[in-house]
Amino acid sequence: MLYAHLIAPFIEFDFMRRALVGASVLALSAAPIGVFLMLRRMSLVGDAMAHAILPGAALGYLIAGLSLGAMTLGGLVAGFAVALLAGLIARITRLREDASLAAFYLMSLALGVTLISARGSNIDLLHVLFGSVLALDDQALILIGGVATVTLVTLAIIIRPLVMESIDPVFLRSVSRAGAPAHLAFLALAVLNLVGGFQALGTLLAVGLMMLPAIAARFWAKTLTGMIVVATLIGIVATYAGLLLSYHLGLASGPTIILVAGVLYLLSIVIGTHGGVLLALLPRKHLEA
Amino acid sequence: MSEPAICCADVTLGYGPHPAVHHLDGDIERGSLTAILGPNGAGKSTLLKAIAGELKPIAGYFDFGARKPSIAYLPQIAEIDRSFPLTVFELLALGLWRKTGLFGGLSQQDRHAIERALNAVGLIGFENRTLDTLSGGQMSRVLFARVMLQDAKIVLLDEPFAAIDTRTVTDLMGLIAQWHAEGRTILAVLHDEALARAHFPSTLLLARETIAWGPTSEVLTEANLRAARRMVEAHDPHAPVCEVA
Repeated sequence: MLYAHLIAPFIEFDFMRRALVGASVLALSAAPIGVFLMLRRMSLVGDAMAHAILPGAALGYLIAGLSLGAMTLGGLVAGFAVALLAGLIARITRLREDASLAAFYLMSLALGVTLISARGSNIDLLHVLFGSVLALDDQALILIGGVATVTLVTLAIIIRPLVMESIDPVFLRSVSRAGAPAHLAFLALAVLNLVGGFQALGTLLAVGLMMLPAIAARFWAKTLTGMIVVATLIGIVATYAGLLLSYHLGLASGPTIILVAGVLYLLSIVIGTHGGVLLALLPRKHLEA
Repeated sequence: MSEPAICCADVTLGYGPHPAVHHLDGDIERGSLTAILGPNGAGKSTLLKAIAGELKPIAGYFDFGARKPSIAYLPQIAEIDRSFPLTVFELLALGLWRKTGLFGGLSQQDRHAIERALNAVGLIGFENRTLDTLSGGQMSRVLFARVMLQDAKIVLLDEPFAAIDTRTVTDLMGLIAQWHAEGRTILAVLHDEALARAHFPSTLLLARETIAWGPTSEVLTEANLRAARRMVEAHDPHAPVCEVA
């Protein structure tokens, strides 16, 4: 009975296994990025980046059809261009990063929509927007695996300057010149994960798997390491539960995964051990000293 | 007499056309302990930032001698994002950056150094506390511990005693005296004239222009302090272009 509901779908169907592996690896890779975005008060940056990627992916699609390679390349080029330009402008002018990013992603989005409407729209484009986690082929899995590998290795390299830049950028500048490269590398990683995610979940929902677990993790851990671990776990649980729910109830799988992550976030607000609402309402004991 | 630690060569600093520090000229002696006083908006913090290399002078330059010495800069607490979930130990470990760099691990010796620094500022037992659980005074102590770990030739302190109780001031003043005895060059932005008189041999009284600079007792005269208070904070929109080369 339990087996039939919880495990059998993954044993019986190849596409369910692929979906589970693909989205879990994506969660492993995107969760730490999401945690850093949240801690740097850049939670909405993922969303803006997703919009910036969209036109590139659509352009790749218009040129080469539904080709993973072309759409990935297009998305990467558009995303990197916007992220790097926004990051550079924020560093050399007085404009804050969110403002310069907003300006560039809007330009990118407008350009993309113009291109698409010039060529006539196509229903297949829905695939780009919302992905199809149940149609992950070998190519897509390898792409996700590659993205995760690059992400985790790069994060390991830049984590010190990244942390220091978030807390005390002046101090970092006084001891090292790694701040700016680390920050730009981090933005590039965010783009990379969103592009990796658009095949599985679509550009917009990929942001969900990046941000929702990270934001929920804030209610469960007080250290950076703790938050990253919790966010990853929440992402994987959401993937598993979302896939099962979508299988049994016949719902669209990508959005279901994100909805489950959303429910986990709401639960965390209520019962989280660090700043959860319920804990604040309970009568609290205190120590003598 | 030995070469000065920092030679300010007719330095003008600012963020726009209006100068925040105007034609500052003078030497900061090696191993000296200098208080920088002046009204709000006098350019005190700007001067420290410029010495730390954060801000390029509009005119003039700083001369540090043949080899640029290591500089430790203690920022105002407000400039640090304390909501980031880092522990006291981790922040101090990052203070050893010049030794560990991007990848280096902490040696047993480094751990002892961090422990000694925590002990010196009276924060033993705070290693695993996150920054958001610290009071303002405790955070100041953490930053002093980090300056200690940086082991720099020049120490710049930007309002180290803002909103801190007298006991903490006494403790931290002891540390500064110790650094002074070790031969480091120290500059501290202060607002407390009595503190400067009691502990700082030299003082720079700044009100955009240098009002007085030298031994504290000669600088902090009633006439000088009055002159500093006369500084007009607002920019003069009709100020002519300064033609002093």
